[in-house]
Amino acid sequence: MNRSTFRSSAEASAPLAASSRRRVLGAGLALGGLALAGCAGTATGPSIGRVVVVGGGFGGATAARYLKMWAPNVDVTLVERNPTFVSCPISNLVVGGFRRIEDVTRGYDGLKAMGVKVVQGDVVAVDAAGRKVRLAGGQEIAYDRLVLSPGIDFMWDAVGGLQAAVDSGRITHSWKAGAQTVALRRQLEAMPDGGVFAMSIPKVPYRCPPGPYERACMVAAYLKQAKPKSKVLVLDANPEVQSKKALFEKAFKDHYTGILEYRPNAELKEVSGTAGAMVAKLEFEDVKADVLNVVPPQRAGDIARTAGLVNVNNRWAGVDWLTMESTAVPGVHVLGDSTFSAPAMPKSGHMANQHAKVAAAAIINLLQGQAVNATPVVMNTCYSFVTARDVVHVASVHQYDAKDKTFKTVPGSGGVSAAANQLEGRYALSWADNIWGDMLAV
Amino acid sequence: MRRFLPAAGLSAVLSAAVLVPATVHAQAADPNLARNLAATCANCHGTNGNARGDMKPLAGVPADKIVAMMADYRAGNLPATIMHQIVKGYTEEQVRLIAAYFAAQKPAGKK
Repeated sequence: MNRSTFRSSAEASAPLAASSRRRVLGAGLALGGLALAGCAGTATGPSIGRVVVVGGGFGGATAARYLKMWAPNVDVTLVERNPTFVSCPISNLVVGGFRRIEDVTRGYDGLKAMGVKVVQGDVVAVDAAGRKVRLAGGQEIAYDRLVLSPGIDFMWDAVGGLQAAVDSGRITHSWKAGAQTVALRRQLEAMPDGGVFAMSIPKVPYRCPPGPYERACMVAAYLKQAKPKSKVLVLDANPEVQSKKALFEKAFKDHYTGILEYRPNAELKEVSGTAGAMVAKLEFEDVKADVLNVVPPQRAGDIARTAGLVNVNNRWAGVDWLTMESTAVPGVHVLGDSTFSAPAMPKSGHMANQHAKVAAAAIINLLQGQAVNATPVVMNTCYSFVTARDVVHVASVHQYDAKDKTFKTVPGSGGVSAAANQLEGRYALSWADNIWGDMLAV
Repeated sequence: MRRFLPAAGLSAVLSAAVLVPATVHAQAADPNLARNLAATCANCHGTNGNARGDMKPLAGVPADKIVAMMADYRAGNLPATIMHQIVKGYTEEQVRLIAAYFAAQKPAGKK
């Protein structure tokens, strides 16, 4: 077997640059690789393949980083439509006025510095047979392996009038961080004291199960302090709080009694109204709101659909969990929120980062004709702010089950915080700093 | 021998191997298993264990120390907010592989 091994920490920009050299240990066939490396005269040897990564969020950026770190001689191109990364995690603090959008924004320079080709653009088509993607401008990029990490897109038709209301700026979703986050913050700042902020939560599954409840807390925390006559109305299409239930219910009661009202089984059907006077139509009643924030029902990102990867419930992309390769289209790996989740696996940035590492390891193996890791593990940690300082977590560990070919949580592992606390408030911010660094090499 | 030996990790890997012969087998089967497992910790503890902020750095920490701490978290002998829940998702062998990997990493900023 001609198995090349790479040193760990093989990152050009790190202090361990000396170890970034491709290491070929052993004799026999490995000598061929060594000789070729010598001819090419590069630090990393000849390319072992081209990987194109579409989407520079938690999944895609991590995949690009780890592919390049673990195998410097893989050509990695990351295509992302935005010039910078804006994190959804921690962005609810921006909504609450406790952080600025700049605090949750990072650049792609770290990835560029380690040799990832970063292309700002929009992939509009995948030619799986010809192994290339096409960008909106017509440019084509060839690949040996493609990674799609497009996150979610919205099922606009599920709520009457929603897309027009969002397009016109009357309503925000703020479920993709960036301009939408800032827009919601501005609406809250402009809302009069005594106003009503209503938010709608779709039926599961959706991106970031605890996110809407954290947002409700952050808005309530802001209003409690700045506009105490105001109300927060949480309209949940689900029958109960979907994550960290007891902890959020306690926070609602302890901190926001008289401000925050939680309504289960309140599915949004239609929106109407004008800016500052919106109407949310539920099954049996109309709810008026000064500011209406709607988390729309979601499905796999558009490009996953265009590429023919959506093969579960007409919403999500099924994957082989050993490699994250699509079960619909060979050679294409799908990460993060777009995937049809394994049992009890959340759609989270943390989980997308973990998917990316499984994919990166597998792709490097596959490009070299090696067997992939037969026993991958992924885990999730999610911190939610219930006040500007107090935080609650949920954690889970998922081991691959060879018999059922899926990830399963380990019985007795994982769990939630005993109670909201400020120590985990610090950990939440450190988590963000570490995962942003991990994915973007910044 | 074509075994995965991270930089400076020889002694750590060997000491782990002496304690648990199964470790050697796992590494021989997949030289990247320890690396792949350790990568699941990086979200909080930084890439290759180079943590920032309030998270505990793991790069360069002796393997037996990490293994002992994990055993204490598992047993509830060490106060924790979250690690006592996370460690129970990993087998003891996986913890040993992860510990050996982090022990072999040079802390960032040190040559």
